[in-house]
Amino acid sequence: MNHIFLQRRAKLEQLQRQRGLREKAGVKRPEASVFEQCPACGAAVAKRDLARSLYVCPECGQHHKIGAYLRLSMLLDPHTFQELDEHLCSTDPLSFPNYEEKLAGLRHKTGLTEGVVTARGKINGRSVVAAVLDSSFLMGSMGIAVGEKITRAVEYAMRQKLPLIIFSASGGARMQEGILSLMQMAKTSAALDRFRSSGGLYISVFTHPTTGGVTASFASLGDYTLAEPGALIGFAGPRVIEQTIGQKLPEGFQSAEYLEEHGFVDQIVPRSRMRDVISQLLRLHQKGGKLHDS
Amino acid sequence: MIREIEEKIADIDAEMAKLSGSDQGASRLRYAQLVRDRSELLEACRDLSAGDKVYVARHAGRPGTADFINALITDFFECKGDRLCREDPSILGGVGFYHGLPVTVIGHRKGKDLQENMACNFGMPSPEGYRKAQRLMKQAEQFHRPIITFVDTPGAYPGLEAEAHGQGEAIASSLALMSSLTVPVISVIIGEGGSGGALALAVANKVLMLENAVYSVLSPEGFASILWKDSGRAGEAADVMKLTADDLLELDVIDQIIPEPLGGAHQNPAAVFSAVDRALYISLQQLLKLRSPAAHRYQKFRDMGLRYTVEARKDRT
Repeated sequence: MNHIFLQRRAKLEQLQRQRGLREKAGVKRPEASVFEQCPACGAAVAKRDLARSLYVCPECGQHHKIGAYLRLSMLLDPHTFQELDEHLCSTDPLSFPNYEEKLAGLRHKTGLTEGVVTARGKINGRSVVAAVLDSSFLMGSMGIAVGEKITRAVEYAMRQKLPLIIFSASGGARMQEGILSLMQMAKTSAALDRFRSSGGLYISVFTHPTTGGVTASFASLGDYTLAEPGALIGFAGPRVIEQTIGQKLPEGFQSAEYLEEHGFVDQIVPRSRMRDVISQLLRLHQKGGKLHDS
Repeated sequence: MIREIEEKIADIDAEMAKLSGSDQGASRLRYAQLVRDRSELLEACRDLSAGDKVYVARHAGRPGTADFINALITDFFECKGDRLCREDPSILGGVGFYHGLPVTVIGHRKGKDLQENMACNFGMPSPEGYRKAQRLMKQAEQFHRPIITFVDTPGAYPGLEAEAHGQGEAIASSLALMSSLTVPVISVIIGEGGSGGALALAVANKVLMLENAVYSVLSPEGFASILWKDSGRAGEAADVMKLTADDLLELDVIDQIIPEPLGGAHQNPAAVFSAVDRALYISLQQLLKLRSPAAHRYQKFRDMGLRYTVEARKDRT
C-alpha cells in the first residue's frame, strides 16, 4: 500500500513541477472545458453527451477514435473482462535511437503496455476472446509484441474453442522494429488459418484508421468482416497513393463504405449497434442448431 | 561509393571493348593495365554498406526471376491469369523441371528494358498477381509439386485500382494460404524484398538470400519518410533497418546466404546461377524428407522475433 502512496505523491510532485515550468514559460493552461470539438464537423459537443453517444458526434455521426479499454467496456458484459498477456511487450531489435524511451513514455502516458489489448470476456453471456488495437500507442502499429499477443489470443481461442473478435485500428507494421514487424503478418495469418481449419469463428472489425500490414494480414481474414461508418481502410495510405499516381484521390476513397461497395466488408455497423450485431453472429454460430417441429 | 565504382568500371569496359580488336603492343599493354584496374575496383566492393547493397539489389542489370528460370528450370510452362479478371505480368509463374523433378516456380518480374518495366509495373504486383500466385500454389498442392519462389519487388503496387481490388486482402490471403501448404516451399530473395508485397511470396520452409539482396519492412525511402518525414535520409535508414543478408541471418528471418561475385550478381550472372542451383538443390533434398512441411513452416514463423519480447510489469515503466 505504502508503495502506491509514494508513487502517487511522486506523480503529483511531477505534475506540480510541470505546471510550474509551463507558467514560467508563459504557457497558459487550457481551460478545463466541458465541451469537445468534433474533428469532423467542428461542433462543440458536451463531453457528457459525447460519452452517452459512445463517442459518436451527435451532430454529424462521426465515430471518434476510442481507446482499447473503453472499446472493450462497450463490447463485453460488465465484470467479465479478464485481460490476457497484459505484461507482454517488445524490446528493441534494431537498437533504434530513442525507441525504448519512447515506449516507456507511451506506457506512462496511455496506461497501455502495448498497441493491443487482448482479453477474455462475455457478450450477452457467451464467452469470447477479443483483441482491440489502440491507435494512441504508436498508431496501433504491429510490432513483435502486438503480433505475439494477437497470435496467443488466437491460440487461446482455439484451445478453449471460443469465438474470436478483433477490432483493428493501425497504421500497419511498426517501423521501429523493422523486418520482425513484417514477420508478424505471416505469424498472425498462419495462426488464423489454423484457427479457421479447426472450425473457429473469427469476426474482424475495421475501425478508423486501419492500413498497411494489419489490413494485409489478420484484419482481412475474418469469417465475417464488419466496419465502423466512415473508417479509413486500405493497404497503402492515401498520401502514398497520391504521390504514386500524381493526382488527388476521389472523395470517399478507402472509406468503409467504399470497401463495402467493392466487396471487402459484409456490413457497416454503427457503434451503437456493434455489440448487438456481434451478439447476433455469435447466436448464429451456436452449436446444436435443430429444425423446430412445425 | 558503389555508384562511382560502377561508373569507372563502365568506362573501363567501354575502353576494353575498343582495344580488344587491336594487336598493337601499346594497346595490349593498356589492355592489361585496364584488367588490373578493373579487378582493383572490384576488390573495393568487398565491404559494401547497407546503402550500397540497396543500390546493387536494384541494379538494372541484376538477374531477375525470368533469368533464374531460364538458367535452372527446363521445359518451363508459363501459366497466366488469376481466373477472375486479369493477367498481371509483374508476377511470373508456371511449371517446369528442376533437375528432373516437376516444380512450381513463382516470382516477381521487373522486366529487362523500359517497355518490359512498364508492362510489369516495375515489379510491383496488383492484387490479381497475388491471386494468380495463390492459384498456382493450390495447383502445386494438388499435384504434390514443391514450390520455388523468387522474390524481387519494391513492394505491392500502391495504386487506386489496386486498392479497389483489395490489395490488403490479396496479400493477407496469400500469407494464410502459404502458411498451410502441404508441399515444401523454398524462397530465394534475389533482389529487393520490399515489405508485404515480398512476404506474400516468401512464407517458405527455407528462405535463401543472395549476398547483396535486401529485405525489409518498407523501402528505406518509405521508412525515412514515415519516421523522419524526409525520404532523402534513405541511406541512414538503410543503415539502421537491418535489411542486409547478414543482419537477417542473425535475426533468423532467413536461413542461408548465397555468395555473389565481387561487385554484385550482374558482374557474373552465370556464377550466381550455379551458386543458387547448389543451394536450392541441397535445400530441396532436405525438405523433401519432411513429413509435414506445413507444420515445419508454421513453427518457423511462429517463433519469429520472440526473443525480442519481455514480460514487463506496467508499474516498472
